[in-house]
Amino acid sequence: MSEVDTVRDLIAVVLLLAGAFLCLTAGLGLVRFHDVLTRMHAGTKPQVLGILLIMIGGAIRLEGWSATWMLLLVAVFQMLTAPVSAHMISRVAYRRRHVRRDLLLVDELRTGEAADRLYRGDEPADAPPEEPARALLESRRDEGTLPPA
Amino acid sequence: MTVDPGGEGLVHQLRHQVPLMVWLVLVWNLLWGTWSWANLISGVVVALAVTVLLPLPPVVGGARVHPWGLLVFLGYFLADLVRSAALVAWQTIRPGGIHHSAIIRVQMRTDSDLLLTIVAESLTLVPGSLVIDMDREHRTLSLHILHVRDLADVESRRAAVLAEEERVVRAFGSPDEIAALAHPPGEAPVGTGRRTP
Repeated sequence: MSEVDTVRDLIAVVLLLAGAFLCLTAGLGLVRFHDVLTRMHAGTKPQVLGILLIMIGGAIRLEGWSATWMLLLVAVFQMLTAPVSAHMISRVAYRRRHVRRDLLLVDELRTGEAADRLYRGDEPADAPPEEPARALLESRRDEGTLPPA
Repeated sequence: MTVDPGGEGLVHQLRHQVPLMVWLVLVWNLLWGTWSWANLISGVVVALAVTVLLPLPPVVGGARVHPWGLLVFLGYFLADLVRSAALVAWQTIRPGGIHHSAIIRVQMRTDSDLLLTIVAESLTLVPGSLVIDMDREHRTLSLHILHVRDLADVESRRAAVLAEEERVVRAFGSPDEIAALAHPPGEAPVGTGRRTP
């Protein structure tokens, strides 16, 4: 009986540690990655498997079914909601040009419309419009500090 | 949406509300942690109150579940989850970090709100890809890919998205939607089998 308990504890500990390690890489990614989109990957993805592993480890270690059901609910709602928040924040970030375009290999979402070329004032310093010189001219003309071309 | 006369509308409403009710009662019981008649009955009362006071639009068409397709989908999903989580963890801690990301648009073949939602959710859950935008009219998904090496890598990711779509449709789709998979993307006639409220 005690051997079974030991094996069970061992599995639970391995799962909990693996989950905790994935959550650690999430934190590291937030520091190391370079723009909002890549940081959203780090912030939301390791969480999914990490939370699942921690929930399974907890379910093995905790006694009684009532805790298990609760953990199951936590896992289900985590998997339902994490993609939605990641999507919403990334979408807003892309539309507000908080994107390092120089680090994108391809960008098939780019429209190149006028709003995308102008300075709007809330871009981060490392995310300039696609053609900075022209954007500056057009923005000045918009403000009226330069005569129209 | 056409308004059904009288009792037919009620039956129609009920048919769409019952799965939601069952789910709410299940959640209520799981939250209590024990199964008892009192929990079941109070769960039904709460579920009725929620569905009557906060009505949701029904999911048009509903889902069919193909057991074998579902098994294949779940198997691939779990394998993808573990493999990509390990890969992203390594890319995060390795000294080189990540180099290039990519944003790709993928032309989907299915035209159902429910199926596209499942595809987008499962793609976003798997580490390394993130759905940024969906153009419902043209049936395109825009994804951000965390790390790509070259253009060949981009194309292989695009193929992986289409394979994921195929597994979802084979698990939850109607016969029409499964048949539509045979068309190359973008050539399936727009509007056939469209299921949107």
